[in-house]
This record gives sequence, C-alpha cells and structure tokens, in this order.
Amino acid sequence: MVAIILVIIMLIAAVVAAVLKDLLGAVIVAALVSLITAILFYLLQAPDVAMAEASIGAALETVIFVIAIRKTERFEDK
Amino acid sequence: MRKIIALIFLAILLWGITKPVSRIPFGTNKIKVAEHYITKDITETGAANVVTSVVVLYRGFDTLGEVTILFIAAIGLASILYLPRKKVSDEVLEESSLILRTGCRFLFPLILLFGAYIFVHGHLTPGGGFQGGAIIASGFALIFLSCRERVVSTVKLGVVESLAGMTFVAVGLIGLATGGYFLLSFLPKGTLNMLFSAGIIPVIYVAIGFKVGSELAGIIGNLMERTQ
Repeated sequence: MVAIILVIIMLIAAVVAAVLKDLLGAVIVAALVSLITAILFYLLQAPDVAMAEASIGAALETVIFVIAIRKTERFEDK
Repeated sequence: MRKIIALIFLAILLWGITKPVSRIPFGTNKIKVAEHYITKDITETGAANVVTSVVVLYRGFDTLGEVTILFIAAIGLASILYLPRKKVSDEVLEESSLILRTGCRFLFPLILLFGAYIFVHGHLTPGGGFQGGAIIASGFALIFLSCRERVVSTVKLGVVESLAGMTFVAVGLIGLATGGYFLLSFLPKGTLNMLFSAGIIPVIYVAIGFKVGSELAGIIGNLMERTQ
C-alpha cells in the first residue's frame, strides 16, 4: 500500500519535473523522484542500492544541477 | 509524416523487446550462479554482506572497470572546464545564511565519520565503497556551498584519488603474484562478523571509498571554481 502511494507520487513528480519551466524547481522535483526511488529500493530489501541512490541521486546530482543552473539561466525559454 | 515513421519504429522496437522477453518463464530461477552466491558465499569469502562479496570478489574486475569509468569521466570534466590557475573565477558569492554556516560547521565532521563508517563496515553491513564515498562527497558539497572559509584543494583531491586507485590495482596484482589470478583474496578470512575479516574486501573497499569520495568532491569543486 505504501509502495503504491509512493509510486503514484513519484510518477506525478517525474511528469512535473519534465513540464516545469522553472529549472530550479524541476531539479528539486527530480531529487524527490530519486528519494522515492531510494525508499522503494529499501522496501524491496535492497539497502545497498538504496544508499547509493539516496546519496548520489538525491544529494550530489541535485548539487551539480543547481551549480549548473546558477552558472547559466534559471528559466527555460519557449 | 515523421511522427508516423517514429511510431512505426517504436512499435517495431516494442515487438522486438517483448518477443524474447515473453519466452522467459516468469518467477522461476534460471540463473545457477545466483544460487551459488547465496548458498556458498559465506564459506567462500567470509563476508557477512553477500552483495559486497559479489561486488568486490566475484565481480571484482567489473568494479575496477566501473571505478576506471568514473575516473575517466572526472578527467573529461576537468579538461573541459580547464582554466589556467590565475584565471580561476573570482566572482563575489553572496554570504550564506547563519543556519547553513552553522549546520556546515557542525555537520561536516559527522558526515565524514558516517561515510567512513559505511565503507569500513562494507563487508558487514549494507553499503560499501561507492556509498560511503558518495556520502563523503556530499559532505564536501556542503563545504563548497556554505563554508567558504575552508579551502578545499582540488589538486590534493586528485592525489588522494590516484593513490587510492593505485592501491586497488596493487592489491589485485599481489593476488596475481601470490595465487595466480587477479584480485585473489590472499589475506586470511578471519571470523565472520569481525571488522578484520573477509580477506581483501575491507582493503579494497577503503580504497574505493577514498577514490569515489575524492573524485566526486573534485567534480563539484571543479564545477564551482573553474567555470565562468
């Protein structure tokens, strides 16, 4: 049951990340997708993969994208 | 017209994937090697964590390849972003908030400790070199973002990374010299669940932890300092 709710939130977050014009917001939502993926890995009894996903997907990837956005532009042109 | 062609190609691709996959009986164990890992693993390697012994011993050569890919990616990024030392961007960054600064001073040692714990205990508990290294690198990301009075030298990170990579290869070569094949576990297995056990797994995971941590921290440092 928890897993189903998490998957639904994850799908919504993934679509929002693709649609959003504010790239900083999109990066944060993409980090949410990674975080939920990590929780799902943990629920599927794969704690090793969950740790890697949480630290790389949710933390480092977000930092790298935020630095890239700060050096370029925040809003996507039409 | 182009969309129709794209749809046709997608349909062909879908058919090509589902056709072979549908022939695999669902839910039955077809891979004999997984059975071997689960039943024989602990007596063969002496590591309590099965995933670790697969990653470091049974598939140790693949792990070396993975680490090499990461190394090449970091070199590629550094060479794309390369600026001569004197032209490193000196744009004025705005002061970070009190919460971020205090949190950074307080949390950075704890994050390092946790990352080190993860990779030192890789053969006993979930986690290992990659996970511990990524956690350490996220601690360095905190430094780069908020504690700017602490200077992190990307050159020194590169030295640490190279030494760790050479340790990995050297341990593998010692195995080749003593027992006849690369990455042979030449150290004693010890007792299960002790910190000094499981042969060369702890040595290799400490090396991987240092390597991945310094590499990812170096990537973030290069992105912060060397772009304009």
